[in-house]
Order: sequence, then structure tokens, then C-alpha cells
Amino acid sequence: MEIIQIVGLGLIATVLILVVREQKPMFAFLLAAFTGLFIFLYIIGRIDTVISMLEQLAEQTGIPSIYLKTILKIIGIAYIAEFGAQIVRDAGQEGVASKIEFAGKVLILVMAVPIIHVIVETVLGLMPPGG
Amino acid sequence: MDIDVSAIFQIAGIGIIIAMIHTLLKQMGKEEVAHWVTVIGFVVVLFMVVRLLNDLFQEIKTIFLFQ
Repeated sequence: MEIIQIVGLGLIATVLILVVREQKPMFAFLLAAFTGLFIFLYIIGRIDTVISMLEQLAEQTGIPSIYLKTILKIIGIAYIAEFGAQIVRDAGQEGVASKIEFAGKVLILVMAVPIIHVIVETVLGLMPPGG
Repeated sequence: MDIDVSAIFQIAGIGIIIAMIHTLLKQMGKEEVAHWVTVIGFVVVLFMVVRLLNDLFQEIKTIFLFQ
């Protein structure tokens, strides 16, 4: 029952953050960031099994590994961008958080370009010549 | 994982103690020293956070980005 541990940790951290924020808001921010990092790091290891399963499936179905790698990279970018944006938003900097999310979206789009390219080529290949 | 939950309590403790020291030094009329104490405490906690951030990014890189 890891979820109980994590929820308990979050509650305790929230109380501590509220206590510290009265005196020093800077420390409260760092504490919030640290708590978020800790939970993320704790749970990111669990995703290993899902990824190995996906790899196995891709291997069985003969999907080129470059697609799976691209998708995993996109997921990684999404996690990092979301995490950073949330921490920055916690500190009250809505604008910077929006820019981080924007950068994440653009980078994901760039990552997806080869896949889109392949899709368009496939569709063009399916079309009758001269059509 | 070399960092455990007690680090969260450590950070909260550092924050409260720094706030206390700050108030005390302010009462004694040593504003300059009080500010330096705050800055140093902040840097110490910042180091802890940044180390954990590095761990997290390395982990994400090895899991998702294959590097």
C-alpha cells in the first residue's frame, strides 16, 4: 500500500509548508519542490515494468523500435515539462509556467515530425498514381 | 535511493530554525547578519533540492530517453 505512504507524506509536507510559509515563504517553496521531487522520484521507478512490457509488445508485433523510442521520449518530455511547470506555478509565476508548457508542446511536436512524415508518405503511397 | 523522507523534515526544520535565528538577530539589531543567515540557509536547502532534481532528471533520462 504505497499510496497510503505517499498520501501521508503529502499531508505532512503540506502542514509543514503551511507552518514554514508564515515565517519564510522561500523555504516553503523549496519544501514544496522537494516534496514533489521526492514523490515523483519514488513513483517513476514503478513505470519500468510498463515500459518493458511495451518494448516486448513492440518486439512481438515487429514495430520498428524508433517509433517506440520516439513515443517514450515524448512521454518523458511531457512528464518533465509538466513537473517543472507545476513547481513554477506553485511559486506564483503563471507566465513562466505557461512558457515551460509551451516549450514542452513545441518539443513534442518536433519529436513527432518523423512519425507524421511516415504517415503522410504511407497515405501518399496508398493513393492511386495520377489520382 | 540515498535521500529519504527525513530530508523533508530536515528542510522544514531548517526553515523554522532560520526564521527563529532571523527574528532573534533582528531583535538584537543585527539586520545584516540576519539577512546573511537567511541567504546561507536558503543556499543549503537549495543544494538539497537541486541534488534531488538531478537524480530525478537522470532517472527520467535513463527510463524514457535512452541515454
